[in-house]
Amino acid sequence: MDFEPSEDQRLLVESVTRMLGDTYGFAQRKSYMGQAEGYAPAIWSQFAELGLLGLPFAEEYGGFGGGAQEVMLVMQAFGRALVLEPFLSTVVLAGTAVNRAGSAQQKQAILPAIAEGRLKMAFAHGERQARYDLNDVVTTAKRDGSGWVLDGSKTVVSHGEAADKLIVSARTGGDRHDEDGITLFLVDAQAPGVARRGYLSRDDTRAADIALSNVSVPDADVLGEVGHGLPIVRRVVEAGIAATAGETVGAMEAMNEMTLEYSKTRVQFGQPIGSYQVVQHRLADMFMTQEQGRSMAMLATMSVDNPDDAARTHDIALAKVGIGQAGRYVSQSAVQMHGGIGMTEEYAVGHYFRRCMVIERLFGDPAYYLAKLAAEVR
Amino acid sequence: MDLRFTPEELAFREEVRAFIRDNLPADTRERMKLGHPPRKEDTVRWQRILNAKGWAALSWPKEWGGPGWTAIQRMIFLEENLMAPAPELLSFNITMLGPVLLQFGTDEQKQRFLPRAANLDDWWCQGFSEPGAGSDLASLKTAAKLDGDHYVVNGSKIWTSTAHNADWCFLLVRTDPNARKRQEGISFLLVDMKTPGITVRPIISIDASHHLNEVFFDDVRVPVSMRVHAENKGWDVAKFLLGNERTGIARLGKSQERVRAAVDMAREVNFNGAPLIQDQTFRQRVAQLQVDMKALEITQYRVVSAYDKAKGAGKPDPLSSVLKVKGTELLQATTELAVDVAGPMATPIWAQELAAMNEPDEMLEASSAGTASYLMLRAASIYGGTNEIQKNILTKAVLGL
Ligand SMILES: Cc1cc2nc3c(=O)[nH]c(=O)nc-3n(C[C@H](O)[C@H](O)[C@H](O)COP(=O)(O)OP(=O)(O)OC[C@H]3O[C@@H](n4cnc5c(N)ncnc54)[C@H](O)[C@@H]3O)c2cc1C
Repeated sequence: MDFEPSEDQRLLVESVTRMLGDTYGFAQRKSYMGQAEGYAPAIWSQFAELGLLGLPFAEEYGGFGGGAQEVMLVMQAFGRALVLEPFLSTVVLAGTAVNRAGSAQQKQAILPAIAEGRLKMAFAHGERQARYDLNDVVTTAKRDGSGWVLDGSKTVVSHGEAADKLIVSARTGGDRHDEDGITLFLVDAQAPGVARRGYLSRDDTRAADIALSNVSVPDADVLGEVGHGLPIVRRVVEAGIAATAGETVGAMEAMNEMTLEYSKTRVQFGQPIGSYQVVQHRLADMFMTQEQGRSMAMLATMSVDNPDDAARTHDIALAKVGIGQAGRYVSQSAVQMHGGIGMTEEYAVGHYFRRCMVIERLFGDPAYYLAKLAAEVR
Repeated sequence: MDLRFTPEELAFREEVRAFIRDNLPADTRERMKLGHPPRKEDTVRWQRILNAKGWAALSWPKEWGGPGWTAIQRMIFLEENLMAPAPELLSFNITMLGPVLLQFGTDEQKQRFLPRAANLDDWWCQGFSEPGAGSDLASLKTAAKLDGDHYVVNGSKIWTSTAHNADWCFLLVRTDPNARKRQEGISFLLVDMKTPGITVRPIISIDASHHLNEVFFDDVRVPVSMRVHAENKGWDVAKFLLGNERTGIARLGKSQERVRAAVDMAREVNFNGAPLIQDQTFRQRVAQLQVDMKALEITQYRVVSAYDKAKGAGKPDPLSSVLKVKGTELLQATTELAVDVAGPMATPIWAQELAAMNEPDEMLEASSAGTASYLMLRAASIYGGTNEIQKNILTKAVLGL
């Protein structure tokens, strides 16, 4: 075992941290939220220049040749800064789908464009009735000449409004809950019949509901094999879980630092509140939870490429539960230890709190994965 | 000992329930059923309806418009009102100001303010906390200097809930900066919010609502006749008020209502291919909340019936800290349950926009409102004396440590 980042990884973290330090203060972030896209296109370009947008892609596709570890480290830095840009949806989710399922032509068309910051994508899989069940898809794709016609609706698609291209799952066969019969399609966000309605989510990022009516997609834009999209969806979701686990670690670090600092400076009854043992113990619990959470983020990261399906799914589920619970505890505690100021929009802690709340229920919540783990107990 | 309600109490509960059913305005009911907080006009209208019935000034004596109920009856009423769900009586008026004036106020103050407070003709707010004085309230600095028959108030308050709606504020000020003990230099004033020199600045909270404010006082002149109790004796008034505040703060009916809303939604949403309501873990979580709510319910009745028997003692029960801590833990656990049930629907904040586009989506609206309620109630363990402070009080006052 080796838990130390390599020299290259250290340099990567340093450059990302430096860039965010210069550009992503809390007040600056607020101005990005106010931009039409809900984030800063200029920052997106800087991510491209730093090579972050091609981070996990092979060099032949304009990538950096990194892997899950690099993604985790970058997401950790993003978590600390509460980055709003569509990195998760574009690079991690769509990137994983294309990387794993795309033809050489599709990869060539998409990955370099992502890496250069020219293409933003969103992963449009979730449907209202499905809640967290990945196999629950009722959007349909029907054969039409040499192509397909899509009908249905997708919900809470992260950055769905800003995306240029969507990856849409639809049923080409089977019934609502069937594992087989789900197919992934690359859909131009501007295609006739695609109606997107964007809105603000509790974590200050934008999401969208997407209605598809009679959307034509050529055969060439089928991603992966017809009817066998679900295994890809699962890998995409696992990559998302690993990435957001890293992000949660960054958010927890930031909250713990802020809370520790606050406990030293906030004076009540003539003493810093950090001198009260109940506050000290809470800070100790928050620290322990952060470190347990970090371990779980590492587990998710080291598992995400494990070819053994059963082992990988199991480990990812463990990590998802652990990191979700950790984020919840640390963020609730951070608000509590700040008192009234922690409850305000003007102060950063509440924004970390809400980001953790949203991450906790992205791709399924702890209860959902606990149930999966419980079903495996023998 | 008998844990059963008497037939009279049961009949009373029926009467309350029926009255609320028949008189709560439909638009208020609909908003609140979806989990939204009441608007100002909902609260005002409902309190006036209750007051017309004689049910608003809950703990006040009959001569001041009180219903003459026992503490048990009051608890039953509060529970039914929250479970309806209906707007709560404005606690600043009913549980804070009213009892304070009854205990410490002059006849003139009582005559002038009590009937209007009961009928919500005046909306009151609580100007206690300051940037430097939260848990350590006695360190407050807002100063009042005597100038003829007026006090001149300078300083600022923070976290003043609904100050932007308020007509009047009850305010803690420092009248003697040189007092031997900090608690001895404080006075309790009634301030008209329209007085020149008062500025209210909104603070938006993490649920995206405007509930909190900062209030600035710049040479604000307050007649000496607006002081409650003796000069420099305001701390006694504040302690009395905070004890009363804590009893009402458990809001058990709200927790019960949240669990019911969560269970209703759990019938509609999917979990592993079946309705969530069928999931054993979910059911156990609800069952655990029922256990905790029942314990709190009985503890609450124990505290209030002891309060009834010790009538007139005027001393807050240290057990009120138990109600505060356990009640707010439950408020947080039950709103958290509602958010967990809503799942992915808990994250968008666009339900209102949807409704405005004339595409109402009740499930989404209820989810969004449920999240707002969860976020706001993170404050339940902070306001009214943080739960850490409540436990400090318990260890000293009850355990004698
Ligand atoms: C939503 C909301 C509504 C409010 N409404 C009003 C209102 O209408 N009017 C009004 O006057 N005030 C109001 N308040 C203010 C509220 O009473 C204070 O927030 C509260 O007293 C805590 O003070 P603080 O925020 O300054 O936190 P602090 O006192 O600074 O506390 C910070 C943390 O330190 C802990 N702590 C402090 N001292 C100790 C100790 N001795 N031992 C152990 N732990 C300690 C606290 O528990 C807390 O976790 C409201 C607050 C909120 C959040």
